[in-house]
Amino acid sequence: MKLSAYVGGLGVLGPGLANWPDAAAVLSGQAVYRPAPTVLPMPAMLAAAERRRVGRVVKLALGVALEATSQAGENPVELASVFSSSGGDGQNCHELCLALSLAGREISPTRFANSVHNAAAGYWSIGTGATVESSVLCAFDASFCAGLLEAMTQIAVDRLPVLLVAYDSEYPQPLHAKRPIPDAFGVALVLTPLRRASSLARLDAELSDLGVDRFEDPAFEALRASFPAARALPLLRLLASRNGGSAILEYLDVSRLQVEIEPCV
Amino acid sequence: MKPLHLRNFTATSCIGKGIAATLKSLLEQRSGLAGCRFETVDIPTYVGEVPGVDEERLPENLHRFDCRNNRLAELALRQDGFFEAVQQAASRLGRRRVGVFMGTSTAGILQTELAYRERDPISGALPASFEYGSTHNSFSVADYLRRRCGLEGPAVAVSCACASSAKAFGSARRMLEAGLIDAALVGGVDSLCLTTLYGFHSLQLSSPAPCRPFDVARDGISIGEGAALALLERAPDDLDGDSVLLLGVGESSDAYHMSAPHPEGLGARRAMRAALASAVLDPGDIDYINLHGTGTPSNDRSESHAVTSVFGPTTPCSSTKGATGHTLGAAGALEAVISALAVKNGFMPGGVHTSTVDPTLTALYIRDNRRASIMRVMSNSFGFGGTNCSLILGRAG
Repeated sequence: MKLSAYVGGLGVLGPGLANWPDAAAVLSGQAVYRPAPTVLPMPAMLAAAERRRVGRVVKLALGVALEATSQAGENPVELASVFSSSGGDGQNCHELCLALSLAGREISPTRFANSVHNAAAGYWSIGTGATVESSVLCAFDASFCAGLLEAMTQIAVDRLPVLLVAYDSEYPQPLHAKRPIPDAFGVALVLTPLRRASSLARLDAELSDLGVDRFEDPAFEALRASFPAARALPLLRLLASRNGGSAILEYLDVSRLQVEIEPCV
Repeated sequence: MKPLHLRNFTATSCIGKGIAATLKSLLEQRSGLAGCRFETVDIPTYVGEVPGVDEERLPENLHRFDCRNNRLAELALRQDGFFEAVQQAASRLGRRRVGVFMGTSTAGILQTELAYRERDPISGALPASFEYGSTHNSFSVADYLRRRCGLEGPAVAVSCACASSAKAFGSARRMLEAGLIDAALVGGVDSLCLTTLYGFHSLQLSSPAPCRPFDVARDGISIGEGAALALLERAPDDLDGDSVLLLGVGESSDAYHMSAPHPEGLGARRAMRAALASAVLDPGDIDYINLHGTGTPSNDRSESHAVTSVFGPTTPCSSTKGATGHTLGAAGALEAVISALAVKNGFMPGGVHTSTVDPTLTALYIRDNRRASIMRVMSNSFGFGGTNCSLILGRAG
């Protein structure tokens, strides 16, 4: 059972990766990868009051989503979306748990409203005016493939263009010791059911038992292994190379996702 | 969409463990809400607590999943032969052909709240026994259920606040229709925790009394906990008339505000219309609407606007949250099961605790149970972040 879609645009933010062209250059070996703390853009699409309220994970998700939709030349208003994150807003969660552990238990209403796993999806909808459906998922370390499967089944069944956003950011201590995500990493793909002039490649995905693709370069492998959203990197490497091929992505303990990539020339 | 068969379903909430107890409470219009005595919570509010969750034990090999939320999932799983039905589906169809789609808003975050009280006084570290991935993380309940049932198909948690487990039906529907799986364990589990109790209190959205949806004096929600599970499969042709089908799913986003609904319920209208379109039905084909009906002044006003604009003022509707409390991420699945009970047993559950329906709300809110042959029910779920989902359930014949 294969699912198919066309990639129309990408967005990437991560340690030492400022955008998709940056990531593509290092993944295809045209530039040297230099890890550095992730720099997150201010979400210009939000009103000033909202901009002040949002945490790193929302800036991350909106940043990659905006890059992917602009690159694809898609109007975000018309895109269904899938937001998949392994953990949501770590800092916000920490502040709430801390306040609840203290006498008085006074918590900020804004923090509470922002604590929902669909905060990024909500702000994206508010910022872009998109009223189309949005799926908000979590599958712990399998969150990227869970999101990709959701987006590709949506394309297969409902024939809608879909924006997939996978993103993770760090928890501060003491939760960090229990869930050591080191920084922020996000990737977004605009996927369409039919080939368009802007399409970069065709994807065909199916569940697989084959071994997961890893990187020989320890810096890339560390990146892939330390962020659930970066489990997408073997796929991104093939998209960057423009040669096509097959990527085996880590999914659940019992299954992988095999994605065939055929460039649109 | 192609109709899907609810081959088995179950629900556990403060009004009952399993279908028989839930149905009995609904028929008797009994509420399970009581003054909050949960944990160390000191807020003047009512909650729908499920008795006996603390006494529940998980199988030894899944000990790391131990938390209130997974105990509640385990408790629900063992009602109504549900666990056996899932296992039969796995052996009939193959473990890899059964997916798991679980809605939750806070999963086992209570475990983290408790761990924060036990931070090491010097290092600030959480206790060594605290497990993040299998308790706090949103995926933990989906992961627990897939391991418990021995399933190896795709698995995911759907976490979009109070629409989570309604939207889980949407994700399951797509994957079934795409042919990736042949059955889906779908549902929602959310359990009481300090984050939601103090959080809704901080937003001044929780009522000091049992919630009174659509009442002229309504003043907020009562938080409940619950677990509702359904085994979904493609509908065969030879179903008997009493079988329950998922006929339609409609989803939308408000694009309006993080914690307030659109005043005219624009997003809710879109979700209801999308559900009707996906079921290829007209508004007149719906016999009863199980409202989101949380009991806050603005939510009910917005939903009433939306319902009236799609259905007019004559379709009977009510909220069952006066009975169960608002079970947040489990509400969509719990109310889908209540809707299934309504069509199967021929009744519309009247809204409990509401004494005087707000005359400015134009939807036809019913306070007393009505016996009627009903073919199709719409169930609404809306959440923070402006996320909306409407389901349509109906009789097979």
